[in-house]
Amino acid sequence: MTTMAISVRDLSKKYDSGFAVSHANFEVPLGTICGFVGPNGAGKTTTIRMLLGLISPTGGTAEILGESIKHPDKYLSQVGAMIEGPAFYPALSGEENLKVLATLGGFPIERVGQLIKEVGLEGRGGSKYKTYSLGMKQRLGIAAALLPNPKVLILDEPTNGLDPEGIQEVRDLLKRLASQGTTVFVSSHLLSELELISEYIVMLRKGEVVFAGTMNDLLLEQQPVILVKTEKESDLQKIIDIAHGDGHQATIRSGVAHIEGPAEWAGTLNRQAFEAGIVLTQLAPQLPNLEETFFEMTGDRK
Amino acid sequence: MIRVIFAEWRKLRRPTLFFGTIGASLFFTGLTTTFLYLMIDSHRGSSDRGRQVSREVLNLASGSVYGFASVGGLLGIIALCVFAAQTAQEYTYGTFRNLLVRQPGRIRILLGKLIAMKLFALILVAIAATVSISLSYYLSDRAKITTDLWFTSAGYHAIGQTLLNVTISVIYYGITGMILGLFLRSPISAISIGVLWILIIENLLGAVKPTFLKWMPANQFRTIAQGGSPDVSYSHALTLGSLYVLVGAIIAAVLFSRRDVSN
Repeated sequence: MTTMAISVRDLSKKYDSGFAVSHANFEVPLGTICGFVGPNGAGKTTTIRMLLGLISPTGGTAEILGESIKHPDKYLSQVGAMIEGPAFYPALSGEENLKVLATLGGFPIERVGQLIKEVGLEGRGGSKYKTYSLGMKQRLGIAAALLPNPKVLILDEPTNGLDPEGIQEVRDLLKRLASQGTTVFVSSHLLSELELISEYIVMLRKGEVVFAGTMNDLLLEQQPVILVKTEKESDLQKIIDIAHGDGHQATIRSGVAHIEGPAEWAGTLNRQAFEAGIVLTQLAPQLPNLEETFFEMTGDRK
Repeated sequence: MIRVIFAEWRKLRRPTLFFGTIGASLFFTGLTTTFLYLMIDSHRGSSDRGRQVSREVLNLASGSVYGFASVGGLLGIIALCVFAAQTAQEYTYGTFRNLLVRQPGRIRILLGKLIAMKLFALILVAIAATVSISLSYYLSDRAKITTDLWFTSAGYHAIGQTLLNVTISVIYYGITGMILGLFLRSPISAISIGVLWILIIENLLGAVKPTFLKWMPANQFRTIAQGGSPDVSYSHALTLGSLYVLVGAIIAAVLFSRRDVSN
């Protein structure tokens, strides 16, 4: 029996304009939450579409729950998915839309009512889909993905359009599902959210996987940063010079000096700043978060 | 397969679509049948394209279904619109991807949709037939038509035969709509091109060279509904019409099963 929910080997999709996904390799263990990140156009949705059998790869292969993506009929009954946002029939109610999918997938119709409740659409299930707000549509999309009681849940931007409360509800829902053994593969632009819930991370850039592994490994791989603010902004350049003098990379961003260096060097910097007559108002060593790491690795900082 | 049919039926039975379509077909059926009887003495004709239908023709055993057979083409256009919209909207709403995640067998999806839509077309035809025959009977007195032969065994045979022909014709129109929907992936384009072809282009081509009509698809479907016409025999229309539908359906199915679903 496989221990991997998703296993991607050398997967590629090439269009006339070039590779949308190029020789991607990554694995997602069973029962984990895996964040799938990358700038717009990095190939996330194309990868998800290939995993769901909607488009054919031009090279490589992938397996979901041990079954090749060449035979989606063998695994899709255990997979829930929401791709590129929710898509439903506007003239049907939310409930009726779910019933269409439940009928098609052979899932119990009673599940529809439970899921409507679970995603917070109670009382609005009978309203036409076209009257739903973006957040409600998103919730319905998540409900549809949960219809098969999936072993693997693939979600593309599930928190789009949700208010902070909705985002927290989705986060709790995904954590709960993972604790019950569901593997969650989720792409999102809310990197801070992914950092809170994901154990694994797959990062794409221009169709190529730039990182695939645990979140801890990713963040530990990064150079720690010391953030420095001075009483006089004009002193920031002197701080940068001190950092360069000791062989550390440093830049000024939004009135804060970002110095790459170990936390222990903060003491040395403090002493040297004092000797130079510079008053520090902030001296904070920190590990880069997912967002900074993402920008660093994808080169996507504008 | 049965699950696909039931899922599609859930979409087809929504009141606005179901009653709207039935309403449109009743309107055209009523209009065509009423004109046939009320304008029987009009020198401008009482049937489609200004054709004069005499009392002798309506007195025949097949008289009860003459109006129904005449409306076959219009019922076909309604079916084309419904089949095209139901297919192409899956692309515009982006719902094909949901369907394919739940049922990855693409041909199964197409066949299931087609069967559900055929059932819908059958209901449409049955209601139109009932209304047209009832209206014909009701108006026969006023138009001085004798209905003695209508309800003999020959009359029932004519009703059965016409019901079958109109059903085949309507389904062929519908499949053409589905093919257009799969090719064009937009309900508006599929419906407008389909209707434009049937109502304008074929007629223009026919006006330029009448023998063209012998080979035009919509004319074959219309002729099937009428059980043959003076210009095109029933067997010719059935053979050529079936060939058009079969070839179109095979190409559309092969394309759909191989094409990436990316919206």
